[in-house]
Amino acid sequence: MSESPDTSTAQMPALEPKSALRFALPLAIFIVLAGFLFIGLSLNPREVPSPFIGKPAPSFQLTQLAQPEQSFSPAQMQGEVWLLNVWASWCVACRVEHPLLVELARKGVVPIVGLNYKDKRDAALGWLGQFGNPYRLSIADIDGRVGIDYGVYGVPETFVIDKQGVIRFKQIGPITEEVWRDKMLPLVQQLRKA
Amino acid sequence: MLRVAIVALMFALASSGAIAGKGAVQLDNAGARRAAALADQLRCLVCQNQSIAESSAELAVDLRREINEQIRAGRSDTQIIDFMVARYGDFVLYRPPVKSHTLLLWFGPALLALAALTAFLRALRNRRRRANERPLTSAEHAEAERLLSGSSSSAP
Repeated sequence: MSESPDTSTAQMPALEPKSALRFALPLAIFIVLAGFLFIGLSLNPREVPSPFIGKPAPSFQLTQLAQPEQSFSPAQMQGEVWLLNVWASWCVACRVEHPLLVELARKGVVPIVGLNYKDKRDAALGWLGQFGNPYRLSIADIDGRVGIDYGVYGVPETFVIDKQGVIRFKQIGPITEEVWRDKMLPLVQQLRKA
Repeated sequence: MLRVAIVALMFALASSGAIAGKGAVQLDNAGARRAAALADQLRCLVCQNQSIAESSAELAVDLRREINEQIRAGRSDTQIIDFMVARYGDFVLYRPPVKSHTLLLWFGPALLALAALTAFLRALRNRRRRANERPLTSAEHAEAERLLSGSSSSAP
């Protein structure tokens, strides 16, 4: 079955158009594959598309962090565009976005409700005392059940909720200046007009 | 004898407490098996390469508790899975559902294998055709005979 050298050279002319394809095809496959892998590098596997976008914010009734005798329910925010920000005193990344939230609160840009996730009351209040309190109010989700209902898996997370109580956007991880300026602020302004 | 029994009881209590954790619900054997099977199918979103059963992340602990409670409350496996998907999306499932945008994921490998097989068969056919295309000349035949007979004494 072995081909002797002169038979293969004899067939070379017949192979001519094919041999171009023989090199081009693997190269094309390689380029496509490399392209996919390269795009994959820039994707963040932590950003899982949330099934909540466009759905009503799950209702709950929790006690407030600062006034445990008072409770809060998302229905109370009906008619307002607001942010639900999931935070905790043990969450290091929360400190990254905190100055931005404080700035937003100072300017009165948008009401922010804090969901204090799996935290201790004293630690949480101490944290707010130390870094500033941008929240209209915070609610204490001590056992993380509301967190589960909101599909929280990485603190901080921030939901933009419209006047009808529908979740419009979810930021996983700290809100950066960029995300706020390019995505969240325009969305908040647009939802206000609606 | 009594002391042995007491020590055994203490160990049993201590270990069950350690496994169950605080505030956990106790399940019967069948329930525990169902809980374990469910936890095994669900991805922990904190440490994405582990299932809820394997992970020791707090969220995984909470979700195992949630599964236990729901089994206790008499909910079916499908209901529990739906509960998780509603909150965390299809991503929690290690076995993604067949949907329009997961078709490639499900059938891509089979498609690739089919393409490879087709290419292989075509290459084989081409090769056979090429071999038959031009019969050997008598000189080439003689050369082949000589090579096959194993007489390596000839000069190159």
